[in-house]
Amino acid sequence: MNLVVYIRCFKGIVLREALRFIHQKERFFSALVRPLVWLGIFAAGFRSVLGVAIIPPYETYIPYEVYIAPGLIAMIQLFNGMQSSLSMVYDREMGSMKTMLVSPIPRWFLLCSKLFAGVFVSILQVYAFLLIASFWDIIPPVSGYFTILPALIISGLMLGALGMFLSSAIKQLENFAGVMNFVIFPMFFASSALYPLWKIEETSEWLYLVCFYNPFTYAVESIRFSLYSQINFEYSAGIIIFTLIFLFLSIMGYDPSRGNLQKKGGK
Amino acid sequence: MTVALDINNVSHKFGDFTALDDVSLKISPGDFTVLLGLNGAGKTTLYSLITRLYNNNSGSIKIHNFDVRDQSSDALKNIGVVFQQPTLDLDLSVEENLHYHSSLHGISKAVANTRIKDEINRINLSDKLKNKVRSLSGGQRRRVEIARSLIHKPKLLLLDEPTVGLDIGSRQMILKHVKSLCKKGELAVLWATHLIDEIDKGEKVVIIHKGKVLESGGVATIVKKTKKKNIREAFNKIVGI
Repeated sequence: MNLVVYIRCFKGIVLREALRFIHQKERFFSALVRPLVWLGIFAAGFRSVLGVAIIPPYETYIPYEVYIAPGLIAMIQLFNGMQSSLSMVYDREMGSMKTMLVSPIPRWFLLCSKLFAGVFVSILQVYAFLLIASFWDIIPPVSGYFTILPALIISGLMLGALGMFLSSAIKQLENFAGVMNFVIFPMFFASSALYPLWKIEETSEWLYLVCFYNPFTYAVESIRFSLYSQINFEYSAGIIIFTLIFLFLSIMGYDPSRGNLQKKGGK
Repeated sequence: MTVALDINNVSHKFGDFTALDDVSLKISPGDFTVLLGLNGAGKTTLYSLITRLYNNNSGSIKIHNFDVRDQSSDALKNIGVVFQQPTLDLDLSVEENLHYHSSLHGISKAVANTRIKDEINRINLSDKLKNKVRSLSGGQRRRVEIARSLIHKPKLLLLDEPTVGLDIGSRQMILKHVKSLCKKGELAVLWATHLIDEIDKGEKVVIIHKGKVLESGGVATIVKKTKKKNIREAFNKIVGI
């Protein structure tokens, strides 16, 4: 099978995801409304309560809205990753996932293409969010709009791969709702999205450790640094390692000889 | 001689439950073979193994001499599948669904355009090409799925209870269409069903029950062997109902 075949397959999967996204306009708006509610209401209320000291990558005191913007960007990707995997559980229950899995093209490639397709959609949402966020004076340097892209791709892949692994392990659509509660909310709150790690460390050492080893923190911080055209090697290395782990687990999960598909019996 | 589908001694378990027990069957190019069994007989499990949704841990499954487990890519290239559950994306148009399938087989857009046109004409739905799948009737959706399963020119077509839930008119139309595909010689069809009235006299039948193949052969042979009047009575006798 030559490279052209793989490229056609990749294009087809991304195009399908893009078409689904265009057809489901409410998905786009809900993906935007969620972080904007946090930005417009939560951040406005907490800016007077929480003081943020000067920490890298910031060179001066910043309003709370500016601090939580990277966390909200990662939140968009987290929800998108989980929504993509939710659609995989739905597709599997409804049968349309089978269409993809019986393709002669290797399954790892199909799954990676599906992941990239989800990341592509999440990046569109992030740039739409950044555009609206500029009305809240969240305006990074111009270069930041470009340097954020690699961080968005890798964090989108990590969160999408996590969602894909979860989707392979979940038997029914109903069970997925419970997992969302046990994944999305703990991941978001126990991270550096809403408060800096040093602030959490002041409150609780164990909570600090939970936040520090939370993969979502690595996504948030990678996005934060890249938005200001900086790179933090610790977070960058961490996010790559987490991506590879989740990717490996999700490919194993959908492998017919090892994975979870067989255990489900008929699904 | 090439065998379109060659299944040898395949068993499959879900935990302690044996879904398939030492199943063997062969289908030659141009054959229309009915896999007849009640609900829960193991038909869908067998399809999942042939299409490598599940791995076969025992026995072998070959499609045109390609082993599904060891040469899955070559084997899957030769299979067209219509699953029991509808698998079209309801929010996309018929054309978008068919192009998506073409891309999963690495077919170029130009070739896909020609084949989509041919297949959609063959099922008399060319006027629905731009319509959303959601707007089609159940019978039309099934016909689109059959058209889709043929776009990559497979040599073996697997249909898992494709007429369930359809009205009599749609059932007959689909059955007639698929049987006509076989008559051209190259395409082999495995048609899983529990509806006995879908079987014609001259066809080959494989009777599966509780995961075991109990009988296989021509309709006339099975009827004669069981000393019954027709395939319905023969089936009832074989499965003990």
